[in-house]
Amino acid sequence: MDTTTATATTAKEENLWDGGQSPFKVSYGKLMMWIFLLSDAFTFSALLISYGMVRFSAESWPVPEEVFSAIPFTHAYMPLVFVGIMTFILILSSVTMVLAVEAGRRMDRKGVEKWMFWTIVGGIVFLSCQAWEWSHFIHGTGLGGASLSSNEYGPPAFAAYFFFITGFHGTHVLSGVVINYIIYYNTVRGVYDERGHYEMIEKVGLYWHFVDLVWVFVFTFFYLV
Amino acid sequence: MSTEETNIIVEPVDKSKIRHIVNVALILFFVTVVEFIIAFTLASGGLRTSIFVIMTIVKAFYIVSEFMHLGHEAKGLRWAIIFPTILAVWLIIALLMEGSFIHMARY
Repeated sequence: MDTTTATATTAKEENLWDGGQSPFKVSYGKLMMWIFLLSDAFTFSALLISYGMVRFSAESWPVPEEVFSAIPFTHAYMPLVFVGIMTFILILSSVTMVLAVEAGRRMDRKGVEKWMFWTIVGGIVFLSCQAWEWSHFIHGTGLGGASLSSNEYGPPAFAAYFFFITGFHGTHVLSGVVINYIIYYNTVRGVYDERGHYEMIEKVGLYWHFVDLVWVFVFTFFYLV
Repeated sequence: MSTEETNIIVEPVDKSKIRHIVNVALILFFVTVVEFIIAFTLASGGLRTSIFVIMTIVKAFYIVSEFMHLGHEAKGLRWAIIFPTILAVWLIIALLMEGSFIHMARY
């Protein structure tokens, strides 16, 4: 009996890549989303690593705590507090996205609607915070502020990289919010109930978590280190 | 919206799954809070930077493995996604070394 089981297993493993079945046990769409995210991860790696190279080669570099120390509606000196709030908002919207995916697996349309709504709200709040952060960074502390060619904090590359990396990430958040909204709209219309599954929520969920993942790295290498 | 009755069965909430999601979220919050405490208590230097990098990798692991569900996918898919990132590791080593050399040549 042992030999028959062993033969059956070997046969199955041999046939794994012979077609007719999915070796990775995922749908085409989900696999493509993973491949896309991998390529996107390389784009962000290239940006962040080249930031590291320029920083290593510079004579001096601004201390992030001193640059990002403002918070809206007050003039208090609160280093990193605002960006900390932004980080929590993005993690929270990632959690609501997981809950939306979980509700989708159970075919619970009301649950998906509720959690997708809060995910979209989280994304919009994050973008608004980033807009305020950019505006504050550009206007500066009365010593000229920051632009792509020069800034009051240190080497010109510092502001250029800030705009490029947080801007590229912000564009991802913006497109994520738009995609989330389309999926939310389709859910409300009952498209996925008709289709019989909510896998679309999982696919856009992957993208949204990736945006959160990138922010974890941006937060560490731009604000903490 | 259609008013006709459909035969969609909504499964009940699995409490253990929700608890698992909440646990992962709490880990992410906790790690971020610790990062903040370290940012204000430890002087900047090699030690602080290494702690930050390790904590970032811990957070990245939980997001990719649990939130993105990669930890529960087929082994082949896991490696197809994780293995290519070794190229980024190479780029880190290459460019940071290059940056140091430029610094030495300049100053």
